[in-house]
Amino acid sequence: MARAVVNVPAKVKRGEIIEVKTLIQHVMETGFRRTQLGEVIPRDIIRQFVCTYNGAEIFRAELHPAVSANPLLAFSTVATESGTIAFTWTGDKGFSVTESAKITVV
Amino acid sequence: MTSRRDFLIAASGAAGGIGLAPASRHAQATPAAMQEAIRKVTGGAPVRNGRVKLDVPPLIDNGNAVPLSVAVESPMTPSDFVKAIHVVTERNPLPNVLSVYLGPRSGRARFATRVRLADTQTVLAIAQFSDGSFWSDSVHVVVTLSACLEEGLI
Repeated sequence: MARAVVNVPAKVKRGEIIEVKTLIQHVMETGFRRTQLGEVIPRDIIRQFVCTYNGAEIFRAELHPAVSANPLLAFSTVATESGTIAFTWTGDKGFSVTESAKITVV
Repeated sequence: MTSRRDFLIAASGAAGGIGLAPASRHAQATPAAMQEAIRKVTGGAPVRNGRVKLDVPPLIDNGNAVPLSVAVESPMTPSDFVKAIHVVTERNPLPNVLSVYLGPRSGRARFATRVRLADTQTVLAIAQFSDGSFWSDSVHVVVTLSACLEEGLI
């Protein structure tokens, strides 16, 4: 099971722009490398990342093989209300990981 | 005052936007795959240089994990925001690196990640605004140890 780490400030003022950082464990095998026997190592990457804030999508990324192993994504959002920020990574070979973080807006 | 660098970047941006790269034979003639990737993003609309700041180190020891961030000047209001930011490269095996989709709730049009770069090349970030315009920024990077194509690593 891939480990995912997300960083969301726990308590923020309403309307504040917050920084969200995410990191997930994944090889991001490009599909261009070969073994010493010359066989192509099949591609195995995360294709898509979606972040939702209380169910509404706020950020989405489409990844290609040129994204490094253990993809890091940092972005910002406006803290509108208390609730849950959820993250989903999906990719090759049925890869799917979900993580979430609670945020309190005062 | 326009430096040679600014001129070349502007010229490559203009050429990319209208897909007339063969007509302008300057030093940064970008390979066809990158032009194709840009066309797929813009649908042939012109790409202007500016409003976007692509931050990537100019000299890279190890192309396997290069910190890359993009910041776009935009108020990010419901009427004027950045819809998407696309990053493409010139000499990677595939031109596309990643595309991110934003909205007014992003607050700021910026993101950071880490990418692989296969060769010394030009990296380009294109921002798509809500009014349909495209703006870009490019950085020429020198890569000493390339990603993707190293043999004998495994």
